[in-house]
Amino acid sequence: MADSERMPVVRVEAVAKRFGVVQALKGVSVDFRAGEICALVGENGAGKSTLMRVLEGEHRPDTGTIAVDGRPVTLASAREAHALGIRVIHQEPEIIPELTVAENIFVGDFRARAGLFLDRDDLVRRARALIDAFGVGDQLAPERTCHGLGPAQRQLIEIMRALRPGARLVAFDEPTSSLTEEEAGRLFEMIRRLKTDGVAVVYISHRLREIVALADRVVVLRDGERVADEPIAAVDEATMVRLMVGRPISDLFHRRVRALGPVALALDGVSTDKVTDISFSIRAGEIVGLGGLVGAGRTEVARAIVGMDRLAAGTMAVLSAPYRPRDPSDAIRAGIGLVPEDRKQEALLLLQPVRDNVSLVVPDKVSRFGFFDRRKETRLVEHHVAELRVKTPSIGQPVGKLSGGNQQKVVFARWQARGPAVLILDEPTRGIDVGAKAEIYRLIESLADAGLAILLISSEMPELLGLADRILAMAGGRITGELDGATATEEAVLALSMRQTLAKAS
Amino acid sequence: MTTASPAARRSRPGLLARIGTQNLSLLIALVVLLAIFGVLRPDVFFSWRNMVNIGLAITILGILAMAQTIVIVSGGLDISVGSVVGLSTMVLAVAVQTTGSVGIGVAAGLAAGVLAGAANGVAIVYGPVNAVIATLGTMSAFRGLAYIINNGNSIPIQGDALRLLGTGTLIGLPFAIWLLVVVMIVFMIFTQKTIVGRNIYAMGGNPTVARLAGIPIRRYQIGIYAMSGVAAALAGVVLAGRTMSGQPASGSQGLELEAITAAILGGAALQGGKGTIVGAMLGVLIIGVLNNGMILTSVPTFYQLLAKGALLILAVVVQERQRATRGE
Repeated sequence: MADSERMPVVRVEAVAKRFGVVQALKGVSVDFRAGEICALVGENGAGKSTLMRVLEGEHRPDTGTIAVDGRPVTLASAREAHALGIRVIHQEPEIIPELTVAENIFVGDFRARAGLFLDRDDLVRRARALIDAFGVGDQLAPERTCHGLGPAQRQLIEIMRALRPGARLVAFDEPTSSLTEEEAGRLFEMIRRLKTDGVAVVYISHRLREIVALADRVVVLRDGERVADEPIAAVDEATMVRLMVGRPISDLFHRRVRALGPVALALDGVSTDKVTDISFSIRAGEIVGLGGLVGAGRTEVARAIVGMDRLAAGTMAVLSAPYRPRDPSDAIRAGIGLVPEDRKQEALLLLQPVRDNVSLVVPDKVSRFGFFDRRKETRLVEHHVAELRVKTPSIGQPVGKLSGGNQQKVVFARWQARGPAVLILDEPTRGIDVGAKAEIYRLIESLADAGLAILLISSEMPELLGLADRILAMAGGRITGELDGATATEEAVLALSMRQTLAKAS
Repeated sequence: MTTASPAARRSRPGLLARIGTQNLSLLIALVVLLAIFGVLRPDVFFSWRNMVNIGLAITILGILAMAQTIVIVSGGLDISVGSVVGLSTMVLAVAVQTTGSVGIGVAAGLAAGVLAGAANGVAIVYGPVNAVIATLGTMSAFRGLAYIINNGNSIPIQGDALRLLGTGTLIGLPFAIWLLVVVMIVFMIFTQKTIVGRNIYAMGGNPTVARLAGIPIRRYQIGIYAMSGVAAALAGVVLAGRTMSGQPASGSQGLELEAITAAILGGAALQGGKGTIVGAMLGVLIIGVLNNGMILTSVPTFYQLLAKGALLILAVVVQERQRATRGE
């Protein structure tokens, strides 16, 4: 093949990187060639993000080399990587709202007039040239401040930043997660342009269909290793999934029919600032999935249920008793537990030991008259830690030193200790490696077997389709439809998730 | 049951680990200070009388610093404590004057402290006003109230029971020092052995985690500031007993500065979630010895102020350095 003979723009060779106990990259080698769109796929925690951080000079690899145009380089800082033409476009664009579009694009590269004053004319000229070159003049005005720009425009700014002169390799990290279909279409046009201009493009996405349509080549990472590097024509979606997961996806789930108990949680016409007219119920022993795109309002439904956000309208009931929480403490008292999306910011006290993190929600079970009973606490915590097979040297270990999967198990152990009737799981396997993921899935299934009512919020389709008995799809803060978990397809869930955004776009 | 082995959980920490490196460095600093002043004033510094003097001088600061530590651990700060001390002495004096009962007077003084602290808490929770700004505002407001009560004048108090509290002794030690020891034990048990104490550490460490774990952090915050207020009022009772008067300006000699300095010297982190009562008391001892030694060695007042301010900054610098090296 002529392609592989050409000198790669960037060659990554045997790069390894370790964070504490986690070996994020285990000697990965990849070539990125000019005029080629290379898709990078893998599960969360497979090492995609770490590889990008290495490329953009955020992390130094422990071993291995990186060469640009055949010359080995050390990417000691983001500045150096940028100067070498390596540009990474992040999922969450960092836009300074008080600055103009032009200023945001060229931040860090302002030119001065008379060696002192900001040359605004030059800035606007350069921004306009860049914006026009990519035909997005109808969406971005260089002199406008960035206050109140939508996600697509914010992302465009981030992309323009990356396309500043000298770009040799441009990496897109999940660029379509907050875009409408039409906006995504425009983005693909732009990416194809980059390809014809001879830029090496790296495209990271979970949306395999996009990859099949866009990429020339696909590299699959799993647990920090490269498990495949194939021309796109040689693989289909099912093959990619199998390579990513390391086994057929169906092996991870053991769908079985459970006897359902009485209704454990019911919402009727619930509205808050962020969601509108949410009605559904979950019975004991049932797993209800909540699907939708990022920003559809799924986390906000969870926040309403646990009393983080105030209800503007509607009613809720737990085990048929009226329930109106004013604070998460009310939710816990009523028998509702939440495993939040952001484990490190919302669930765990990272510097505190496993012991305290587990016993935090069961003060009544580890104390007498408000004073700790350490022996009771030790017995309780060790019981649940052992039951969930949390890998920790002792329950005195700071929880921040455990791996992602074990941290999540500590959060589950906490709720096991409390014993709620309803458990809300918000992206329960985010940032967890495949092995631990399978364990979490088994755990969720066994909790439902034990009669818990579970609300599962997930952006990972296989997880939603594999675990949920029923799937509710959300878009724009509303529930747009319900599907039977056993027969639902990814397409059907996506169609419902896009229902409103499509209506808005047309 | 293999993951948490009994051996791992039964291993007792060594003596050094139990004291903690933070407290150990404070102990060393204290010994160095004692040595310096002992050499400079060998005649008086180590006398029993001077040691008792230091003990007496730190009772008020000690109570304030321990309460302040808990406020800081919860993620807050209370700079109104000095003014609450003054306000409570005035309320106490008025109550004794009108009822003739020291008991009612003390109760009224403590109640004033609870109310003042709860007012801080309510402003911080329901404003919501940043804790520094809220208590900066009430620092002035409470001092104003204290002056308003008697047109800026102090009020003399009659009452032997109160005098006993201020200057009486028990088994050879002033009553106030015993009080400090009792308060210290209560605070130590509170922070280490109770659920509420542990929850305060959780809340200061990460308020979102704490809230989602069902800790009613608003109620906690109001309670913590009310506790800080009542501690300041207790310090006010000691002060009223010593001076036998209500002193509206009694908190204005920089008590809040010293209390915050002691707490931070003792390892309390302004980010919240970290700090100990023992550490705070070591910080108090350092400040007490420093104050006493500077007076004995005739350091002019102005230089004492300079030194105390520098000490606060230095304490934070040292703390930040340690945090950086631990990589938190």
